[in-house]
Amino acid sequence: MSLRAAVKAYPALLRTGFASAVAYRAEFLIWMFSTNMPLIMLALWAAVARSGPVGAYTQAGFAAYYLCTLLVRLLTGSWVVWELTMEIRQGTLALRLLRPMHPLLAYSAENLAAVPLRGIVAVPVLSILLWAARQQLGHDPVLWLMLVPALLGAWLLTFLVMALIGTLALYLESATSIFEAWLGISAVLSGYLVPLDLFPKAVQQVALVLPFRFLLSFPVELMLGKPTREHALALLGGQWAYVALALLATNLVWRAGLRRYSAYGG
Amino acid sequence: MKRTFAIVRAQLRASITLALQYRVEFIVEGALAILWIAVTLVPVLVVFGTRSAVEGWSFPEMLLVLGWFVALKGVLEGAVSPSLLAVIEHIRTGTLDFVLIKPADAQLLVSVAKLEPWRIIDLAGAGLIFTYAFAKLGRGPTAGEVLAAGAMLLAALLVLYSIAILVVSIAFFAVRVDNLLYLFQSIFDVARWPSTIFRGALAVVFTYVLPLALMTTYPALALLGRLRLLTGLGALAGTLAFAAFSRLVWSISIRRYTSASS
Repeated sequence: MSLRAAVKAYPALLRTGFASAVAYRAEFLIWMFSTNMPLIMLALWAAVARSGPVGAYTQAGFAAYYLCTLLVRLLTGSWVVWELTMEIRQGTLALRLLRPMHPLLAYSAENLAAVPLRGIVAVPVLSILLWAARQQLGHDPVLWLMLVPALLGAWLLTFLVMALIGTLALYLESATSIFEAWLGISAVLSGYLVPLDLFPKAVQQVALVLPFRFLLSFPVELMLGKPTREHALALLGGQWAYVALALLATNLVWRAGLRRYSAYGG
Repeated sequence: MKRTFAIVRAQLRASITLALQYRVEFIVEGALAILWIAVTLVPVLVVFGTRSAVEGWSFPEMLLVLGWFVALKGVLEGAVSPSLLAVIEHIRTGTLDFVLIKPADAQLLVSVAKLEPWRIIDLAGAGLIFTYAFAKLGRGPTAGEVLAAGAMLLAALLVLYSIAILVVSIAFFAVRVDNLLYLFQSIFDVARWPSTIFRGALAVVFTYVLPLALMTTYPALALLGRLRLLTGLGALAGTLAFAAFSRLVWSISIRRYTSASS
């Protein structure tokens, strides 16, 4: 399928994806509420910071950090790994392969289409909460401008890693277990549980070069106005380098895997 | 009573045999359980790298709460949730008929239908955490304290199970509730901190409305010998009342069940 046809079909896919998110709105909300770990962590750190700031974080600082974390998490979330592994296992991937569009592209439209609805629910609520901690947010408009490509990069990286691990289901039975392991490690090294700058120096050094921080911590740091402009630009470059790498890897694994794929129940 | 035990034993044996067939899964899931215990410990390690106590809880005392959390989470995700998710599937497809026509209590049958035995790793992990915590405290719990903690643990398990039964009862009225059970699992993460961490409205919610914080805090306090007798007895009484209530809701709900095929 030509790129032009794909570009033409993509808006229609986004519209149907949005419609199906609206159709299952109760489920949609419940899944959103299941993302509560940042708030649980905030409860702990707020209690800790009652007796004085921890590192650079006061109570309000922690509130801002974890609310931004929650927002970034909600806006960059995907679920393609669960759907992909299930469709490979049950053989329904064959139906998608018949369509004149790359299945991963179709998945990406479905996952991306849920983002606006999540934004409609999450942004107003979290903005009100963040208003109380507005002193803690960054003041540099350039950094806020860079948030747009950073969020897009974070969403793409999340999606591509999920697609990559999901594609492994063409080779392995335990692809979802690999993803679980990725989730566990990423919870620690992406700043989801604890701000990265509170870790010991050695851990920070490791977290700095791994892809995890670009999924979450980097956009949050931009919102809090932490990096300088030059540093932020370098980080953005690093993030998109990882995106390109993930795209390449997904493509390779997908092509090789599809050659050995034969749907069950044929 | 004897028959009840026989049924539970037979059901448990069947579900364990079923799960043990998948040996590779056992190893992989066991390794994942260890990873998640480590992830659970990370924030606490970071916190106590900067502080010696949080809201009156020292590091080893906090570890006791976390130990109970790891153990209860293992029970919730290894025994309670899988069985009850199966009930929701039964209701949706109409196969609950086959459970209902069996000559035994339906709630009993569905509650022990499915197990994930590898979550036993969570219990072992909790044991390790307790051992380490008491080594740090420099003393062991007395027999009385262990007994009190055991009673509190039973209460916590009963509350956990009752909440899950309540959630499943909703499935008789609304179809898509499997994600409601996941929502409860994610809210249960609150129980990883001692109840005194929470302030204001949250403290009220997690103590009285959804007594999650107490599930891990009371057993930990009991192990430390700090749980007052009256509080403990009150918690037990509350638990029994709650369990009776959930049983009532279940029996009302199941009367509404009409097989999906009819």
